[in-house]
Amino acid sequence: MILNFMTITLTHFLLVSAVLFSFGVYAVITRRNAIMVLMGIELILNSANINFLAFSRFGGLNIEGQMAAIFVIILAAAEAAIALAIVLNIYKRFNTVNVDEVSILKD
Amino acid sequence: MTPELTIALAILLLPLFAFVVLVFFGKRFSSISGYVGTTILGIDLVLALYTMFTKLNASVPVWNMSFTWIDLHTMINHVPMKLDIGIMVDNLTAPMLVVVTTVSFLVHLFSLAYMKDDVRYSRYYANLGLFTFSMLGIVLTNNYLLMYVFWELVGLSSYLLIGHWYEKKSAADAGKKAFLVNRVGDLGFFIGIMIVWMQFSTLTFSDIFSSIHRGVVPFDSNTWLTAAGLLIFCGAVGKSAQFPLHVWLPDAMEGPTPVSALIHAATMVAAGVYLVARTFPMLTADALVTIAYIGAITAFISATIAIVQNDIKKILAYSTISQLGYMVMGLGVGAYTAGVFHLVTHAAFKAGLFLGSGSVIYAMHHALHHLNDHHTDAQDVRFMGGLKKKMPVTFWTMLIFTLAISGVPLTSGFLSKDEILAGTLAFGHFTGHTIIPIVGFFVAGLTAFYMFRMLILTFFGEHQDAHRAEHIHESPNVMIIPLIVFAALSFFAFYSFNPISAGSGWFFTKVTAPAVVVPEGVASTPAEEFIEEVHHQHSLAMMISVGVSGIGILLAFVIYYWKKISADALEKAMKPLHTFLYRKWYFDELYDATAVAATIGIARVLAWFDAKIIDGIVNGAASVTRIGSVVSGKFDSIVVDGAVNFTAYFAGFFGLLLRKVQTGKVQTYIIFALIGLMALLALYK
Repeated sequence: MILNFMTITLTHFLLVSAVLFSFGVYAVITRRNAIMVLMGIELILNSANINFLAFSRFGGLNIEGQMAAIFVIILAAAEAAIALAIVLNIYKRFNTVNVDEVSILKD
Repeated sequence: MTPELTIALAILLLPLFAFVVLVFFGKRFSSISGYVGTTILGIDLVLALYTMFTKLNASVPVWNMSFTWIDLHTMINHVPMKLDIGIMVDNLTAPMLVVVTTVSFLVHLFSLAYMKDDVRYSRYYANLGLFTFSMLGIVLTNNYLLMYVFWELVGLSSYLLIGHWYEKKSAADAGKKAFLVNRVGDLGFFIGIMIVWMQFSTLTFSDIFSSIHRGVVPFDSNTWLTAAGLLIFCGAVGKSAQFPLHVWLPDAMEGPTPVSALIHAATMVAAGVYLVARTFPMLTADALVTIAYIGAITAFISATIAIVQNDIKKILAYSTISQLGYMVMGLGVGAYTAGVFHLVTHAAFKAGLFLGSGSVIYAMHHALHHLNDHHTDAQDVRFMGGLKKKMPVTFWTMLIFTLAISGVPLTSGFLSKDEILAGTLAFGHFTGHTIIPIVGFFVAGLTAFYMFRMLILTFFGEHQDAHRAEHIHESPNVMIIPLIVFAALSFFAFYSFNPISAGSGWFFTKVTAPAVVVPEGVASTPAEEFIEEVHHQHSLAMMISVGVSGIGILLAFVIYYWKKISADALEKAMKPLHTFLYRKWYFDELYDATAVAATIGIARVLAWFDAKIIDGIVNGAASVTRIGSVVSGKFDSIVVDGAVNFTAYFAGFFGLLLRKVQTGKVQTYIIFALIGLMALLALYK
């Protein structure tokens, strides 16, 4: 793949999206704070949004891509609300939001 | 069933009833158990008397009743094989019933006092009942099968009663000896019965005799008929203590004295004589001669032993054997009625003699007990003497019995003994076996001698210990009454109104010899000829018999009463003979050295075989099994358990390994999910 810096192509979008996705995944895997993990998830969702928009512009998805992106934003908002509620409950139960210490799933 | 046979059955079953009642409830009513037994026997005696009088006056020769017990549904020689059992009453049975019940009743009565303080009082009476039942069974049965069953039952009750005081080792041993010696004879009896069964497929007397009468003999051989007769006679040899199986009877005196009177003098030992009388029709001439010789030898041996014995009961025991030998000899020579008649008269005076000796022993025992003397033997005639004044009734009755057994005229013994002796003379005349009458007369003299020796030593002269004599008293009435009854029965009048010959009395006219059924060639002298000859010989027999008895009595008085000849000097002069007789011809030693030693030897060999070979095989098998199990156990615990445990361990090991993956941390799971996703992408790119 030859990167042409003069014209911004689909490849560039996908690259940004992939980098953002990787950061998100990295944050989800490595952060100990549950809030940070949630933020990683936000990054992953936004990288998906970038892909939707890129394919809407270059790929032929047209308005459907943008609609999907708006759905994802709504979904992210809902997800954030639920996830924060879960985190709040975890904090109430364990007195911490450190995901390393919450390992009762193994039982 | 006719009313007569119903009564006969009642006579049989009443003593059994007494036995059952006393065995189960005797302990609770110990004090009255004697009266229960005596009362039942009293009723039995009345019934027996009634039966005898009706039977002897009846015109029917035999009352018989039998039913098929076992039918094998097979035919041998066109004869169905089935076992019939039943009872019968004929002119031989009827007097026997009275003899058994009379003696049994009087012994029951006598025992009321004699056994009063016994520890096993009720058991004693229970056993007496069992014995009486079995003895009546022998008398009443009409076949060899039931005969054998009751035969063994009297053996059992004899064993129980000899060993009544089983704490005493000698009594327990005597019971065992009686039982074992009887087994020897009974084995022969059993083989004889089997021969009869093999040939005739029936054990009923009348059927067997009618078959022989038709000419059927075992295995088509007259020798086998003789053998069968002699084998059945073996039973009599054992039970009636005939040579060579006579050794148990003297030892049986270890039992209580009334038991000796009932079983070992009057009834059970006479069962053998009864058996010979029952079997009489099928005995060949050869068998009868053998029987006569056995009887004569027995009579002679035991009479010689009786002369030197000191124990009053031992003297009477040997005298019993001698008289049984007489009866057997009488039957053997063909004097059927005389033999059975002697059985009846002997039962009365010998039971009386034993009860009289029981009375003496009772008195001696009480005196010794009173003086705290536990060393003097209460039965030894040497410690007695002078009891005539102390115990007049016992003395006078004993005198009558002694006169009767010695064959002094006017007594019952005189009548029966004379008939036997006349029979032996006739036998000698027909067959040439003159030794039999000679032995018969010699034994008659010996009998008179040793019986008077006993009587003089016991009752005449002065008592050996004046102090003891003060404590000797006449026995209580219940012991005296039986003695008086037996003494009365020892007079001639009960059997024949003619004091010198029984031939015209009721016994000889009613109890006649049965028709002999054996084939012509092997039969003995026909009864008519024989009886004719007996009549010829009768006066001769009477004279010799009275003569030898007189000599015997005179000799006894000369030696033991007037002491003209010193008994001690005689004993010293004939020391080897005296020792030989005193040790009873060394029969016990002989049997100990041969039969007993051989049995013990064989037993030792078998015990060794058992301990070494059989146990070795068993133990070897056990060891092999044990080793096998150890190996199999090891295989089980190592190989099988190892495999199972290894599987478990293997699974556990991997479980542990894989468990590490499950951290419970969401992030780890995400990593695994990503790795999985990447792997999938790599695979399906």
